[in-house]
Amino acid sequence: MGPEDRPVVRARVLIRPKSGILDPQGIAVQRALPALGFTGVSNVHVGRLVELDVEDPAQLDDMCRRLLANPLIEDYEIVAS
Amino acid sequence: MKTGVLQFPGSCDEIDALQAVRRVGDAVLLWHRDRDLQDVDAIIVPGGFSYGDYLRVGAIARFSPVMESVLEFAADGGLVLGICNGFQVLCEAGLLPGALLPNTSLRFVSRQVELEVVTADTPFTSACSPGRRLSIPAKHTTGRFWAPEEQLDALEAGGQVVLRYAEGHCFNGSARNIAGVCNESGNVMGLMPHPEHAVDGLVGGSADGLKLLESMARTVGARVAA
Repeated sequence: MGPEDRPVVRARVLIRPKSGILDPQGIAVQRALPALGFTGVSNVHVGRLVELDVEDPAQLDDMCRRLLANPLIEDYEIVAS
Repeated sequence: MKTGVLQFPGSCDEIDALQAVRRVGDAVLLWHRDRDLQDVDAIIVPGGFSYGDYLRVGAIARFSPVMESVLEFAADGGLVLGICNGFQVLCEAGLLPGALLPNTSLRFVSRQVELEVVTADTPFTSACSPGRRLSIPAKHTTGRFWAPEEQLDALEAGGQVVLRYAEGHCFNGSARNIAGVCNESGNVMGLMPHPEHAVDGLVGGSADGLKLLESMARTVGARVAA
């Protein structure tokens, strides 16, 4: 079995600014929506999505803490399928 | 003083830093794949967009081979100054507290700013008196210094807030107008404005940036003499 045939898990890591930290991108989007006629939208936050195939999903948390997110300023959520 | 100026793919202020620090001593460029710091007395992590600033500003540069040597150098008490992107890299590397977030305006801003020296007894500000104003250019999109409130209190109490933007000059939304901080032992400092661009009154708006470099040279000179 070649390396490319090893079973992998498709994972998604959702990274968002920690609550309480000013998120000017979220504010900008929230302010833009009413201009298009969308009302009743609040708490908009803009983050990042990292998609990756991993052989060992147990490493994902460590990857997030050490590289994919900065835990001081960002929360992350791992969604493995 | 012999200073090593790091160069990452995407750095853009390393030549200005090199030229600036040569006014107070010798300097060499250190490529990001180098592990040998060539017996330098001080390190400057320059501004720019290391590794394209992919993922997060400074996030990838911290894992470069040269940074492994810089971590050891800093642990041994070596002087490390991070400017702009270099500040972001040092925060990501855990050498400095806090993090840099996008400016509240979300805009790139390039302007001359007035800084106030808050702590003058650091290796980077010893040539200044407390309260002295420095006029230095700043140019960035991601320069909003942030740390949790209790950490900000600790930084202020511990004299780790080295520079503040003077009133009316904090354009990026930094917590408590902080422009530059140092680590607990004082041998690592980062700031968003660019002292290396202010070493000649003709083109830098002032030569105030030299004060930081002179302070470093003075510190190194005193260490050698001791």
